Amino acid sequence: MNAPRSPVEKIKSESRHLRGTLVESLADAVTGAIADSDTQLIKFHGSYQQDDRDLRDERRQQKLEPAYSFMIRTRTPGGVVTPAQWLKLDAIATTYASHTLRLTTRQAFQFHGIVKRELQTTMQAINAALIDTIAACGDVNRNVMVGANPHESYAHASVHAWAERLSERLKPKTRAYFEIWLGETKIADSDQGWEPVYGATYLPRKFKVAFALPPVNDVDVFAHDLGFIAVVERGGVPGFNVTVGGGMGATHGDDKTYPRLADVLGFISPEQLLAVAEAVVTTQRDFGDRTERKHARLKYTIADRGIDWFKREVERRLGFALQPARPFAFAHSGDRFGWSEGHDGRWHLNLRIEAGRIADRGHATHLSGLREIANVHKGEFRLTPNQNLIVANVAAADRGAIDALVAAHGLDGFRTATPLRLNALACVALPTCALAMAEAERYLPELVAKVELLLAAHGLSDAPIGLRVSGCPNGCSRPYLAEIALVGKAPGRYNLMLGADARGQRLNRLHRENIDEAAIVAELDVLFARYAGERGDGEGFGDFLLRAGVIAPSRRAAIALETMT
Amino acid sequence: MSALPALPISVLPEEKSGEILRLLEGLEPAALWWLSGYTAALAGQSGAAVRGAAPGARDAGPQERLTIVYGSQTGNAKRLAEKLAREAEGAGLGVRLLRADAYPQRELKNERLLAIVISTQGDGDPPDDARGLVEFLAGKRAPPLPDLKFAVLGLGDSSYPQFCAIGRKLDARLAELGASRLAVAGEADLDIETVATPWLDRTLSAAREALKASSPRAATVTPLRAVAAATLSEWTRERPFAAELLVNQRITARNGTRDVRHLELSIEGSAFAYEPGDALGVWPTNPPALVEAILDSLHLDGDSAVALAGETRTLRSWLLEKRELTKLARPFVAAHAAQARAADLNRLLAPDRTADLGVLLQSHQVIDLLHAHPADWTGEDFVAALRPLTPRLYSIASSRKAVGDEVHITVASLVYDAFGSAHSGAASAYLAAREDGARVPVFHEANERFRLPKDTSRDIIMIGPGTGVAPFRAFQQERSAIGARGRNWLFFGNPHFERDFLYQLEWQAALKDGSLHRLDLAFSRDQPQKIYVQQRLRERGRELYEWLENGAQLYVCGDATRMAKDVHAALIELVAEHGGRNREQAAEYIDALQQQGRYARDVY
Ligand code: SRM
Ligand SMILES: Cc1cc2nc3c(=O)[nH]c(=O)nc-3n(C[C@H](O)[C@H](O)[C@H](O)COP(=O)(O)OP(=O)(O)OC[C@H]3O[C@@H](n4cnc5c(N)ncnc54)[C@H](O)[C@@H]3O)c2cc1C
Ligand SMILES: Cc1cc2nc3c(=O)[nH]c(=O)nc-3n(C[C@H](O)[C@H](O)[C@H](O)COP(=O)(O)O)c2cc1C
Ligand code: SF4
Repeated sequence: MNAPRSPVEKIKSESRHLRGTLVESLADAVTGAIADSDTQLIKFHGSYQQDDRDLRDERRQQKLEPAYSFMIRTRTPGGVVTPAQWLKLDAIATTYASHTLRLTTRQAFQFHGIVKRELQTTMQAINAALIDTIAACGDVNRNVMVGANPHESYAHASVHAWAERLSERLKPKTRAYFEIWLGETKIADSDQGWEPVYGATYLPRKFKVAFALPPVNDVDVFAHDLGFIAVVERGGVPGFNVTVGGGMGATHGDDKTYPRLADVLGFISPEQLLAVAEAVVTTQRDFGDRTERKHARLKYTIADRGIDWFKREVERRLGFALQPARPFAFAHSGDRFGWSEGHDGRWHLNLRIEAGRIADRGHATHLSGLREIANVHKGEFRLTPNQNLIVANVAAADRGAIDALVAAHGLDGFRTATPLRLNALACVALPTCALAMAEAERYLPELVAKVELLLAAHGLSDAPIGLRVSGCPNGCSRPYLAEIALVGKAPGRYNLMLGADARGQRLNRLHRENIDEAAIVAELDVLFARYAGERGDGEGFGDFLLRAGVIAPSRRAAIALETMT
Repeated sequence: MSALPALPISVLPEEKSGEILRLLEGLEPAALWWLSGYTAALAGQSGAAVRGAAPGARDAGPQERLTIVYGSQTGNAKRLAEKLAREAEGAGLGVRLLRADAYPQRELKNERLLAIVISTQGDGDPPDDARGLVEFLAGKRAPPLPDLKFAVLGLGDSSYPQFCAIGRKLDARLAELGASRLAVAGEADLDIETVATPWLDRTLSAAREALKASSPRAATVTPLRAVAAATLSEWTRERPFAAELLVNQRITARNGTRDVRHLELSIEGSAFAYEPGDALGVWPTNPPALVEAILDSLHLDGDSAVALAGETRTLRSWLLEKRELTKLARPFVAAHAAQARAADLNRLLAPDRTADLGVLLQSHQVIDLLHAHPADWTGEDFVAALRPLTPRLYSIASSRKAVGDEVHITVASLVYDAFGSAHSGAASAYLAAREDGARVPVFHEANERFRLPKDTSRDIIMIGPGTGVAPFRAFQQERSAIGARGRNWLFFGNPHFERDFLYQLEWQAALKDGSLHRLDLAFSRDQPQKIYVQQRLRERGRELYEWLENGAQLYVCGDATRMAKDVHAALIELVAEHGGRNREQAAEYIDALQQQGRYARDVY
């Protein structure tokens, strides 16, 4: 531990609880960017500095700086918003942002393309919608996910309540956010004695929490630093199985980094939840690697020190021992589209939003359509962990009106699309993502169309195969949990990963490295042919590849599975 | 009064007919009678050049020297004044050549022979260097001048309503003060030589007569030396240098409202010894599409040969290379009105309609007039009726110390829709369309009035919105190249920060390396309420006044129609506010700066 701390650690510790020189940076009219150190701090406030990578070269030649703009991400636990809030967010997207709303894989909204001089105004508008962006990014607990599972109405309600309380508890307490964005005047030393959980340097790295509601694993609970699998009995929730040390992100050619499935730690009762979460977070705070950011996530702390050590440390902090894990079973990790009735007799419409991007494009006037729906909808909206949207809590009588609007604005694609298209995920990648190595969101429609042709050729059009694309190995679309995944390596080139299950319990494996579309299609063509001929009854594509020995079993996956039955 | 009938074209060359119409306008019958007698007298005399017909031209005064004073913004008047000075010297006359603001006003009453060459700027305003003299002459303090003989050459652009206003004003005022005309005033349009050359001849010969055979005298002419320096290069306005285009780079973003180009030209071998503040003259070729459109609408054959003033070329080539098509001028309007028998057009030529005419001239190009008022033209008459093509000037945006044998300019494409079709400016469209390697006919136009302070420790304040920023790029390059100790403060503005922050990366770098000390920006359309540089000037009023009090040099470049005026007003305001002066005193303070050459403008 005597290696030097990472530069970001220095920036955090000198930032006076995330203030840095943000105010000065915002005032600098000569550039659309902010100071380098502030680009690290602004993340904690829910925003990223980006630039339109499509224009970089062109603008350099034009003697203009890059087209800097800011992405803003909301903190919306479980991705639930009211129609009134939706309308406000929509107005922000069309007034300050790029006329799109982006639903993320963590049930948050993202605005892209906000210019610096409108950043404060936009932040204020978001807060005026009673939504904030605190800790939506940065080395803190991120947006807390909750399985969208609309069927389990009562369970969802209580789990969601817990998620919100946890989100509040792990929210940074500094007033910096209110001073910088909302013009709150700084009380003398308002930053003294704050951050009881985090301390002055916050966490070594981002921290992610998810609540799953079996049998649906839409949140991919094993992909998060901390997970809670609700045990549902007679509609109620007596407690949770706790999972720790999951994560997707990796770096090409650096085998000290890897995606990892979480370990199941044990069972807890709801009253213990906040304390357990705090114990896990503070353990990572004190033992996480602050010298190497690529190695700073909880998954590495646990992998390096062992799950038993970790459990002891957490229990020491708690002062009590966790109960043994209770059995649980997941059926799938995808969404179930169309209308479904909840236990409470209310109705929920799960819409497909390709790659989470809500925009008006040609006849697909999704942005306008959802605006009109928000105008009449009396329930709430629920973002799914798969970048989709649920129009939730609709009275049977109101379904017709909503169906009409859905049809009118081309939001009814889910009725006809293939399972492949419905379940595909893609991260944002180009042009806004600074880390993208290849296209993802913009490439998905084209890619899906090509794969659909293959499937049709092999009579597999109805096969529910999971496909996920990420523009780089960070894995924002949780690609390592997809039966087929493309992980960006260079423009037009991807690593082809294969063989995860459909329940988020087995990681896929690298099948072919750094290949282009033609090679990808060729590979899949062969494998689809075999799958069509040799698959067993209801056998998923990933499971088949494993059985057929196309990919070797992954040990890490097994650990998660053992504790399950 | 009703419009004058158009002169029968056959009798006179087109340009002349237009000018004569203009001269006659609004004259009282008495004056008209006098003129008829006068011109008859001229006709009686032999020789083409109009000679000393002015009464009393024969009796020479005691002082045997011709004083030549010029007021010039972009160097044309200066060039002609210098030409006159050289020729007068050559003819053995005593000459002193002075820029208007260098003329010692108290000497006026003793002056005997005075030639004034002066342009009109702004909206009928004097060039900056002549403001003081024009005010003095117009004012009560102007002395009676019974002994003075004078000749005025006004330079102007007949596409402006106030054509040659200043030349006319001085000519009239000097006469009013009792002085007599050495030669009839000249009113030169953009095809300057057409009028200037005869005026020079008649003025010179008249001066000759006035100061018989007097012994040549060493002329006190500082600027002449400057001329010597400037004419080192064999390449001139009339004999431009074919510069190779090295770079033609758009520097506004693709979604930008305006297409602004950064052009780099090689001047290797031209010996252009340009200084920051100078301009580059460019001889454009008219848009080929426009030429074809005109040929079509006139049903004329572009390949037909047209001979004019001893020169023969195809009609197409006349229109492409030798005539103004994009700028409309009064003479053509007059000629076309006659040709098209367009009464309404004719009415616009009436003296009480100058404003309406001005609007027509600014908003119409030749083709628009042809469409609106169809007429039959022969190739010959058409070419004769049009004004000769004139070069366009562009502020030089580079310092030789930084770019060596190159010259950089910043060109805003002038494109707009009018009368249902796309219109463009001749030179800006021509330049925007050139590709690397192309040869562009250019010349160097010195501008002594817009120079960096010799004392490099002086602070400078540069106000240059839009393409007005061009010369300040040159200033910045020069000042950091020579390591000037004075501070540099730039005010820049344009519609949008993201799209048209001209040379943004360079200014940012200059701020970083400390060679630019302050940069204040006004992007007018980035917020609901428009913000322009003058507002920034007011906001920074206190510091700005301190800089001025510290001896800072002030420069303004760019749009003349609105920006320069508003900036001027803002300067007076802030001097009043922060200098504890009333408006008059503040105005005097600014005028003083102008007189001391500490407030220089290069506006267009
Ligand atoms: C929007 C979103 C993808 C999407 O298509 O929805 C996203 C987008 C970005 N992620 Fe992510 N991540 C998103 C979910 C994820 C997930 C999935 C999840 O959390 O369930 C992961 C994998 C799980 C994990 O954390 O291991 C993920 C792992 C990363 C990583 C790698 C982290 C690691 O420790 O390995 C980075 C890069 C980093 O943090 O250095 C990253 C960084 C980024 C950035 C901010 C790029 C950057 O740092 O400059 C991307 C912004 C792109 C843009 O222009 O909007 N994103 N990111 C998701 C927003 C979630 C949210 O609302 O908070
Ligand atoms: C000293 C000096 C320095 C200069 N420096 C620069 C410089 O650095 N950069 C630069 O770009 N220019 C500069 N100019 C202006 C430049 O010389 C030209 O006037 C300009 O480029 C337009 O010329 P053009 O041939 O393209 O258009 P022209 O052919 O001269 O004009 C075309 C026609 O368009 C009309 N017109 C103009 N604007 C409009 C409009 N918005 N709507 C309708 N009609 C319109 C005009 O009345 C004219 O009839 C400078 C001028 C001077 C005198
Ligand atoms: C901004 C601007 C305004 C002008 N205004 C007038 C005007 O009002 N009347 C006129 O006759 N000429 C006007 N002109 C034309 C100039 O007088 C003409 O170009 C002249 O040749 C310039 O001579 P100089 O280089 O000596 O200044 C204007 C030119 C410019 C650039
Ligand atoms: S996976 Fe990579 S490319 Fe895609 S959004 Fe995340 S960081 Fe960007």
